[in-house]
Amino acid sequence: MPAGARVGIVLVSHSAAVAASVAELAKGLAGAGADVPVAPAGGTDDGGLGTSAELISAAAASVDRGAGVAVLTDLGSAVLTVKALLAEGDELPGSTRLVDAPFVEGAVAAVVTASTGADLAAVAAAAAEAYAYRKE
Amino acid sequence: MLHADFFRRWMTAAAASVEREAERLTALDSPIGDADHGSNLHRGFAAVVAVLEKDAPDTPGAVLVLAGRQLISTVGGASGPLYGTLLRRTGKALGDAVEVSEGQLADALRAGVDAVMTLGGAAPGDKTMIDALVPAVAALDESFTAARSAAEEGALATTPLQARKGRASYLGERSIGHQDPGATSAALLIAALADTAEHREATDA
Repeated sequence: MPAGARVGIVLVSHSAAVAASVAELAKGLAGAGADVPVAPAGGTDDGGLGTSAELISAAAASVDRGAGVAVLTDLGSAVLTVKALLAEGDELPGSTRLVDAPFVEGAVAAVVTASTGADLAAVAAAAAEAYAYRKE
Repeated sequence: MLHADFFRRWMTAAAASVEREAERLTALDSPIGDADHGSNLHRGFAAVVAVLEKDAPDTPGAVLVLAGRQLISTVGGASGPLYGTLLRRTGKALGDAVEVSEGQLADALRAGVDAVMTLGGAAPGDKTMIDALVPAVAALDESFTAARSAAEEGALATTPLQARKGRASYLGERSIGHQDPGATSAALLIAALADTAEHREATDA
């Protein structure tokens, strides 16, 4: 991977507001100077609730710096659409990975880890580990 | 043998059926879903018809791959990637052949249904489109007409089931007593296939 390139993060939610807010939260908690490319892909093309394949493809392309792209999703059609796009083969950057992680906690873990220059596997592992944090 | 034109007519018939039944699909999706199944599928299949008119692919496989891709792009809900995967995988299984037999279509559709089960993780009895598609592709070896009946019976049989996949699964026992909208639209897709085949036979005769 190119020296210094950060793993890109795409956040796919049924809601544009949720995706944008989680992106803002994750970047905020990653700290100043963390130049991780993060792109929200929330809601449908026309601003409704749902999932847009076009927004996901555009977001992934926009954060691809050659170090891989980690995609985190919320529910149902968001998961299925990303899986279907990955199966298409040419709709997402070659090193794109759907990460099995909780949406908010996983996004924070992914962005913080990516900010250290970690590779895609490490970013995905950190996001997945967020499942292990119990709240009771 | 079936040519690209047969598959274009199937997609056009499916789009017309979805448009006719959009309100009923959405009504079925109201008590157990988010009340957008009819409008989502209508948007998706209208886009399929538009792209097939513009691009006019010349093999059966290419028609279905293009249609599936369009559904993934335009539906906006879970039925987009699910139906998109069904058509795409079926189309890929048909390969580059200019004409395919009914037996090859049956085998390809079974591959498509398997791909949907893998993508969504659903099995028969989960109250999903799979409950219409699995009996339909099993009956395809007999005839298109048998497949239509099997799909419709499969869709009706989802009513007493408790949903185990998707948003409806959160409702638990409250999902019982409602026919599954996905199984219903899957039966429409199979019925459109049977109608297209029967019309062809009537024309040929």
